[in-house]
Amino acid sequence: MSEQNRYNYGSAMLSAFEYLLERYPEVFVIGQGLWSPWYVGNSMTDLDKKFGVERIIDTPVSESACTGAAVGAALAGMKPIVVHPRMDFMLYAMDAIVNQAAKWCHMTGGQASPGLTIRGIINRGGEQGAQHSQALHAWFAHVPGIRVAMPATVADARDLLVASVLSPDPVLFIDDRWLYELEDDLDSVIERDLALEGPRCLLGGSDLTLVGAGYSTQLALKAAAELATRGISAEVIDLRILNPIDAVPIVSSVTKTGRLLVVDGGWGPCGLAAEIIASVSEVVSPDVILAPPARITLPHAPAPTSRSLEAEYYPTVDSVVKRALGLLKTCKTASDKFKVGS
Amino acid sequence: MKDDFTLGSLADPMHFQEPLSLLDAAPDDLLRKLECMIRIRKVEVHLAGAKKDKLIGGPVHLGVGQEAVAVGVASVLRSSDRAFGAHRSHSHVLAMGGSVYRLFAEVLGKDSGLSRGMGGSMHLWDQPSGFYGSVPIVSGTVPLAVGAALAAKLQKVDDVGIAFLGDGAVEEGVVHESLNLARVTMAPVVFVVENNLFASHMHISLRQPKDVTARFAAANDIPYAVVDGNDVEAVSKAAQHLIGQARSGGGPGYIEAITYRWYGHVDWREDIDVGVNRSAEEVMLWRKRDPIARLVQGMRLAGMLNDELLGEIERKVDEEILSSWQQALSDPYPHHSALIERVYRRNDEA
Repeated sequence: MSEQNRYNYGSAMLSAFEYLLERYPEVFVIGQGLWSPWYVGNSMTDLDKKFGVERIIDTPVSESACTGAAVGAALAGMKPIVVHPRMDFMLYAMDAIVNQAAKWCHMTGGQASPGLTIRGIINRGGEQGAQHSQALHAWFAHVPGIRVAMPATVADARDLLVASVLSPDPVLFIDDRWLYELEDDLDSVIERDLALEGPRCLLGGSDLTLVGAGYSTQLALKAAAELATRGISAEVIDLRILNPIDAVPIVSSVTKTGRLLVVDGGWGPCGLAAEIIASVSEVVSPDVILAPPARITLPHAPAPTSRSLEAEYYPTVDSVVKRALGLLKTCKTASDKFKVGS
Repeated sequence: MKDDFTLGSLADPMHFQEPLSLLDAAPDDLLRKLECMIRIRKVEVHLAGAKKDKLIGGPVHLGVGQEAVAVGVASVLRSSDRAFGAHRSHSHVLAMGGSVYRLFAEVLGKDSGLSRGMGGSMHLWDQPSGFYGSVPIVSGTVPLAVGAALAAKLQKVDDVGIAFLGDGAVEEGVVHESLNLARVTMAPVVFVVENNLFASHMHISLRQPKDVTARFAAANDIPYAVVDGNDVEAVSKAAQHLIGQARSGGGPGYIEAITYRWYGHVDWREDIDVGVNRSAEEVMLWRKRDPIARLVQGMRLAGMLNDELLGEIERKVDEEILSSWQQALSDPYPHHSALIERVYRRNDEA
């Protein structure tokens, strides 16, 4: 691989923006900070200079109107990308996302489809606290009609963004600031059909299935490497597409390993991990289950600011490893059936 | 235009009851408008009866009495424009040229409906005529109209976006964001506020400190016109000016048309029992500001209409309604697979 094929997660997204804006005149970008994109790492550098301020639209502080405008522009044949540098602020646009974007195809009998892409960034840590740190992907996985993509790798940061924008359906694309430095070599872009994308096995294993999405997939991969040094073979599945969820690859994996640990950067109750565990539990035969399925999520509390509390708040490689070891200690006997490690 | 943003006589049903003055109007154009207004009126009266008779399941929000607004605005629109409506939008889709039959089929939940039976009265779609859609979330489509207008600008065509909204919708925050966004991007969009003085049961005097919503256009540096919404020619002239301006790169406009709905918020009832500041006497007085009767009288006075011609129009519309309703009633409902298949445009099986 030559040096020009070397990307990080942020520059991979930048290359997706450039790819789309060069080839598709109907693509435009709208959101706050686009003419001085210091909120979004290196993922949008100089787009306004390369493609002009007509197509790269920096906006008033109006998440709701800007997202709604993108829905309307999409209905009029454009492929807009709305950028929300923090998901927390995107909540002002819930009507445009949930009531409008997700519903128009169904309520017009499939005749209209607002194929916009909403980029919501998870931007947490750094003592930013409760309103600058939320990972709310599970909310949107609940709503029919909007696809949700959550890239965990450098390749997906680029390719799922391209696929999202080219999809005729509305898509929420969720990237994570904690992944921006991740590096990889990439070949040239292949346009993929988002509707055909789904979970991917990033690491084969036989003792335990780890499932993650976005940053938590990377935690799972690191935990698997640590477990390997202790002779434990973990399989890692990256969910990639949260809506609609395809649980089949996870079911197959758990059927093989007998153990499931879901790692999620969101809250537990009614969350992504709960959905994965439910989807697997509904179909996997109890005979193959070697330990009760488990999840690692955030404590059910808003993100703290104080660094001591913040250090406790987010899952770590260690917490994943510890929980995985606990699962492996659980024996499949009637008396031990409900004993969960750590 | 009033600097103090009070409606005065426009909000007083004792005024503006006289026949329209039609000296400089073209007879053909007026006949088209009259026929369209009669069609909307008769369709909605028919729907009121069908709802009362329990032939329609879902809610129907009727705009009888407000026909001149939709027809006046639509008279300067074309099918490549991008108009959006709200919960009370039968008039908008019909004024844009939507089919009575497909509207009826939609209200009845039939696969032949405007939204293929998936929308009902509150979610209407007829993009081929320029009606991009309506939804019942109050103000929900207002930013969409701004975006469709922005799209026209990016596509380098001189089409416009139209947001039909009510006086209640301007109490939603996103309308103010939309006005500001439209002005700052110079989007070719015209906001058409049908100020019928009521949001559901609440009179505007109980909801806003002033009864002219165009004060928000002024605050956003958007040109506006406040007109008698029961005068189809007054609406047309304001639309011609402001839509024309938007088309030629002049940015957004705002039309506030003062009108009144004869039925209550939803279905066939008059809502004089649930309305705050709404009495049977007041409804009777407002019926005298009837946009159709005033147009008919004005056309008679100008020698453009006689009993024979009016009777002909009415018969034609009655027949259209009868045959459309019969056809819609006998049409099939959507196939059960529509429930899941229409969630996404791109299905995995596709």
